[in-house]
Amino acid sequence: MKTASLTGRAAVVSFALLFTFLLAWHLATCGSKTVHHMNPEYAKLMGATATQGKSAMPGPIDVGAKLWEHLRRPFYDNGPNDKGVGIQLAYSIARVMIGYLLAMLVAIPVGFLIGMSPLMGKALDPFIQVLKPISPLAWMPLALYTIKDSSLSAIFVIFICSLWPTMINTAFGVAAVRREWLNVAKTLEVGTFRRAFTIILPAAVPTILTGMRISIGIAWLVIVAAEMLVGGTGIGYFVWNEWNNLSITNVITAILLIGLVGMLLDFILARLTRLVTFPE
Amino acid sequence: MSDRFISVEGIARRFPAPGGGTTTVFEDLWLSMARGEFVCMIGHSGCGKTTVLNILAGLDVPSDGTVIVDGQAIEGPSLDRAVIFQSHALLPWRTVIGNVAYAVSSKWRRWSAAQVAAHSQKFIDLVGLKGAEHKRPAELSGGMKQRVGIARALSIEPKIMLMDEPFSALDALTRGTLQDEVRGVCQETGQTVFMITHDVDEAIYLADKIVLMTNGPGAVLAEIAENPLPRERTRNEFHKHPLYYATRNHIIDFLVSRSRTFIEKARDTYNPRNVAVVRPGLPEPTIARAQDPSAKPSRGQQVAAH
Repeated sequence: MKTASLTGRAAVVSFALLFTFLLAWHLATCGSKTVHHMNPEYAKLMGATATQGKSAMPGPIDVGAKLWEHLRRPFYDNGPNDKGVGIQLAYSIARVMIGYLLAMLVAIPVGFLIGMSPLMGKALDPFIQVLKPISPLAWMPLALYTIKDSSLSAIFVIFICSLWPTMINTAFGVAAVRREWLNVAKTLEVGTFRRAFTIILPAAVPTILTGMRISIGIAWLVIVAAEMLVGGTGIGYFVWNEWNNLSITNVITAILLIGLVGMLLDFILARLTRLVTFPE
Repeated sequence: MSDRFISVEGIARRFPAPGGGTTTVFEDLWLSMARGEFVCMIGHSGCGKTTVLNILAGLDVPSDGTVIVDGQAIEGPSLDRAVIFQSHALLPWRTVIGNVAYAVSSKWRRWSAAQVAAHSQKFIDLVGLKGAEHKRPAELSGGMKQRVGIARALSIEPKIMLMDEPFSALDALTRGTLQDEVRGVCQETGQTVFMITHDVDEAIYLADKIVLMTNGPGAVLAEIAENPLPRERTRNEFHKHPLYYATRNHIIDFLVSRSRTFIEKARDTYNPRNVAVVRPGLPEPTIARAQDPSAKPSRGQQVAAH
């Protein structure tokens, strides 16, 4: 009862905050409505900003209308520069998924190796420490030069930025497996391979998934910037294209959708983490 | 000491000390155990009891000496020697039967899943966990967790059971019940047991021989107290036996004062390969005692519990 009421009260506060924000936004952008008397031809040229004191920034109602328009027809395709926002998001998600999955295929085994072998851990540490802080976009020119394909370059950038959090978390999780569990395996004469899969992996998997959750978050952050650079398709390209069109309404709509997709990706990984976490 | 099923031969354990040099935890430890014997080791913290047990388990290596079990020197852990850990060390992502089955399938790798399950179930029933097979360790009480640990150790039908203060984390009532059960199972199966404990009563109730260690660092095996109580003893009666207090006082005297002063006093007569065997309360010890006479237990005198 107590927790239910807390959730309920939190929801009320959330809605109140949202309403206040939307109201403030609306009031700030609705304009003074003072109509200057001027030549109608001139007024038409100048637009509502000059004639009605209306802000160039769209209000919540404009954005809402635009969003509805997009959601009603998410998958239309009118040529290279006019595709539905659903298609753009699908491109971005596909790139993130490919780059992310490739990164996981590398990061988890390498992290295992680092965690299980102190020698390899020490040997690989300087490389990881140098490579980790490099902004993934710094790789872009190199990727474009060697891969010679902008779409694959974006995937490469996602790959390289998803790598580190998962690798480091895997290594940490594997190295931090409780001594007593390893001793159980030892006294039962369990071989290295079986020990890795029956003791170390289940013990480390919650930590590994935490790393994967951080990785997917970073990958989704980076894809927008990467697509702004490579262009062509994707939600990042969409944002930049609409900026060039000076359609702030579309930009805000896209920002909102990017946030929602990011939240969804995080939610999926959080759910997975909860599935494999064991109570102690 | 005719049957040397386990023979600990002059083991020592040294660690590099922080400021250079070495710290010796214990040294020149000789001990033999017969098949089916229940031996408890008592000593203060830091005398290396757990290290001795880990060496017997094969989880640690002695700096000197060897341990021979059933005619073979120990080289690493073995399925012949099961360990019951103080912290029970259950795998929290596996159920009760999963934890036992993990041990069973490690011992008999070619068994079918049904065989493994049936064998595991037998030992789960033995420790009284019928009905809790599919619970996870987090849902169990401390006593039930340790029961799983015992079932897991018994299920691989080891030659020796090694127990590292298995009951110390339990409340007194649970501890008593589990002691009864372990004693019952071990007597039934003729299990050879080496157990570490801090609890003098536990040692007197369970053990055939009680091994007394002096204080560390540089601990030595001071003497072996043979339990004078009859083998058929019960929890309700054993502390009323006339020799109970003699035994108890002897051990407590040792722990309170002699564990500190033993090495100084017995420097000349101490022979690590043939330590004194005492039978507290009995007039004629089997082996001549090299100890100072002041160690004689006082009759019937009650010593405040630790």
